[in-house]
Amino acid sequence: MALLEINNLSRSFGGLKAVNDISFSVRSDSIKAVIGPNGAGKTTLFNLISGNLPADTGSVVFKGLPIHGLQPYQIAAHGISRTFQNIKLFPGMTALENVMIGRHVKTRAGFTAGMLHLPFSRREEKEIKEKSLELLELLDINQFAHIEASSLAFGQQRAVEFARALALEPDLLLLDEPAAGLNIYETAEIARLISKIQKRGITVLLVEHDMSLVMDISDEIVVLCFGEKIADDLPAKIQQNPQVIQIYLGDDDA
Amino acid sequence: MRNFSYPPFYRYIFRYRNYPARVTIYPESGTLTVQMTAELFSQYLFAGITYGIIYAIVAIGFNIIYNTTGIINFAQGEFVMLGGMFAITLNNFMPLVPAIALAVVITMIIGALIEMIFIRWLDSPSILRMIIITIGLSILIREVALHFWGEGVRSLPYFNGNEISSIKIFSAQISPQVLWVIGVCLIIVTLLSLFFRFTSLGLEMRACSANRLAATLCGINAKNMVTFSFMLSAGIGALAGCVMSPITYTQYDCGTGLAIKGFTVAVLGGLGNSMAAVAAGLLLGIIEAFSIGIVPLAFQDAISITILLIILFVRPHGLFGSSEAAGLTEF
Amino acid sequence: MRNLISITTLIGSIVAVQLLTSFTGTGYYLTQLTMTAYYSLIIIGLCLVMGYAGQISLGHAGFFAIGGYTSAALTTYNLTSMLENGNSLIKFISGRGLLIAAQDLYGDPVLYVNPWIAALLAIFLTVIIAFLIGIPVLKLKGHYLAMATLGFGIIIFRIVLATEIFGEADGLSEVPGFTLLPGVIVNGDFNNRIFNYYIACGFVVVGVIILLNLINSRVGRALRAIHGAEDAANAMGINTSRYKLYTFVISAVFAAIAGIFLTHYNGGIGPSEAGIMKSIRYVAIVAIGGMANLWGALTMGVLLNFMSLRGMFGSYDDAVFGAILIIIMLFAPDGLLHLSIWRKLRKKIL
Repeated sequence: MALLEINNLSRSFGGLKAVNDISFSVRSDSIKAVIGPNGAGKTTLFNLISGNLPADTGSVVFKGLPIHGLQPYQIAAHGISRTFQNIKLFPGMTALENVMIGRHVKTRAGFTAGMLHLPFSRREEKEIKEKSLELLELLDINQFAHIEASSLAFGQQRAVEFARALALEPDLLLLDEPAAGLNIYETAEIARLISKIQKRGITVLLVEHDMSLVMDISDEIVVLCFGEKIADDLPAKIQQNPQVIQIYLGDDDA
Repeated sequence: MRNFSYPPFYRYIFRYRNYPARVTIYPESGTLTVQMTAELFSQYLFAGITYGIIYAIVAIGFNIIYNTTGIINFAQGEFVMLGGMFAITLNNFMPLVPAIALAVVITMIIGALIEMIFIRWLDSPSILRMIIITIGLSILIREVALHFWGEGVRSLPYFNGNEISSIKIFSAQISPQVLWVIGVCLIIVTLLSLFFRFTSLGLEMRACSANRLAATLCGINAKNMVTFSFMLSAGIGALAGCVMSPITYTQYDCGTGLAIKGFTVAVLGGLGNSMAAVAAGLLLGIIEAFSIGIVPLAFQDAISITILLIILFVRPHGLFGSSEAAGLTEF
Repeated sequence: MRNLISITTLIGSIVAVQLLTSFTGTGYYLTQLTMTAYYSLIIIGLCLVMGYAGQISLGHAGFFAIGGYTSAALTTYNLTSMLENGNSLIKFISGRGLLIAAQDLYGDPVLYVNPWIAALLAIFLTVIIAFLIGIPVLKLKGHYLAMATLGFGIIIFRIVLATEIFGEADGLSEVPGFTLLPGVIVNGDFNNRIFNYYIACGFVVVGVIILLNLINSRVGRALRAIHGAEDAANAMGINTSRYKLYTFVISAVFAAIAGIFLTHYNGGIGPSEAGIMKSIRYVAIVAIGGMANLWGALTMGVLLNFMSLRGMFGSYDDAVFGAILIIIMLFAPDGLLHLSIWRKLRKKIL
């Protein structure tokens, strides 16, 4: 059974059909990419899955449970975490604290425990810190743990955002243009990282512009154009799909 | 027929809100008898229209500044108070018309000064910061007015006749001043809409509100437009403060109540939409006027605030706005 | 550890101030200091809402008034005649020992609700109102949130001003003392002054410890995340609306507790306590302290409230707060105690 199933999802803004009757599914432990020219509805699709936007019609089924119509925090608790196209780290917090926020859904000390500083919340806090440091180490940014995250270099900020998303221990990771604004070395680094994440048993769904990255790492590719699904296939087949070549890659790119 | 007496603290209430004391009728006994006759109905209706149009003017003042800057100027009600106060003081030295004209000009200068001193040089301030600054300004203006003019209730003389002269319209006895208020406010609204539609300055201001950066690139000095919007809304606030002064009185702290009502109307009509504000103002004024028979006088203010809260919760984009458009603007 | 030092310093200065007043024979300052302490309780609560959850509230005097007025009304309403008339509810309550019988100045019997019960009811009422108001209000942002909370404050002000049971424009007076423990009474008795000073400061210390714990916990981190980037916090699994709501309710309870005890201490409460200017003053103090700075808000709150209560600003009381608001927001939006200002100043001087 597929981990994530998207059925006939639609969303329009005024007269514009940003996402029009799109269906596809994501297999467990795979890397699936969503590509398409600017304005194809990729980010809208992501926002529909993560609950940041309500869908007009259609359904999103995750691990057999319908999750459309849920709030983003509920969807996160179900095991879907995401990164943002224009990195959204918490200002005024260190890299470590940013990652610690990611542990939120896995912990439970509430207002009462916090106000009274109960022993179990102290234990929990220690655990959160250890796990978060582990993740920073995994992404090779542990030396920046105590530096304010928003003052880091762009690539490092992206890594912090990755660590934060991984801290949720998600089953599905949504990556919104992970290579945007990175140079080729950093992009290669990101590709290595995404494969590493997948090997940890996390399914990845990503939106990306960078063709080399997508073709290298993805198991399957969905192509969107003006809100409609054009193709959904293996990378090799996508490269030969004449319709895709025409609308997306261009005539001389085959 | 309902019969109830004034609560003993009504004097206290009178100091805090501007009740249409000479628009509706109060028997001298101190007992308010409410019986809905055709006469009373039109009496209430006129009271509602008078207040409604005043609220609409305050709301338009909010809208003008909001459109050019995205700021809600919490000191808007104080412009109305200042207009009335200056005109009353100046009227001691000169006839009514020049006194009002000068009062409007002085208030406009104050509006411009406020913008230039406190707002102009701030570099993309947060909304929270702007809220607190304009609240601080309203307190300061009020306190200065208190020390300058004292706590006393003042008023301009009636433009025509005196407090007992009245005109009969649709079986309602109304003061001619009511016609002045309605007339002047309607003229303000008409002139403003002509100004924004046909003059180049008005068009430039609209350009700034639509897209500030693009307007700047077209050679419009956006900062001057903001100053001008403060002057404009101070000016129309002051003029409204003058015409309403004979029937509502002017006191140093009358601005706060007007600001809340004005904001309610602005939100009711959809923030930034001045034409809808007129309709919303009339609606609120009439609701208030007719609610007097149902709700005790002391809770009158609570009515408009409750309406404000309900509107904010249910339709923050206003009665006439579309939620689609409101969704695009950051609240 | 750092908190431990700060708390010790706080307790130390509380004791030092008391000793200072008794050595210099200025014990009369303790009255204003006690009142200041209760006001500080509202301010640290509001600091949590504004600085940490990033929400503005221009209606916190309303919660103070709900606490103060509820407990004042319950403890001043004479139930004697109702008991004599055989009201079964009053009989039931009286039979449970929840009422207190005493004599008024003229020797007539008075029967009123035990302040403990009144206080609990007042807090309960505050929690309910804070929830009911908070659910819709906290969905709003920016100007809309400011106006909605301001509107709430005005409604509470109007209600206390126009309701007979709340004493209308005169407010309520002759509120009896609150016996916390046998021998520990919160009231305005002259002989009890030092004692009451320590009770009030005790509330502040406990309040500060609770809030510091909260700020440094998982919840506090989540609140800072919400303040920083609400949608990202939501995507990370934080129920942003619930966190904002709970924070709002907690700070409302802080204000209500301040209201309850200050009313018992002063022996009364008037409608001006519910006024808009009070709410704005609290916001001003939090802003001067630097929003997300509990110690800053506390320091500034003590300083300014004490000066105001001692009448140092004269008839310019409100004007001073208005001016402070503007100046701070123009030149030091991060608060007066924020380090960078001092650093800049030093640079300019050197």
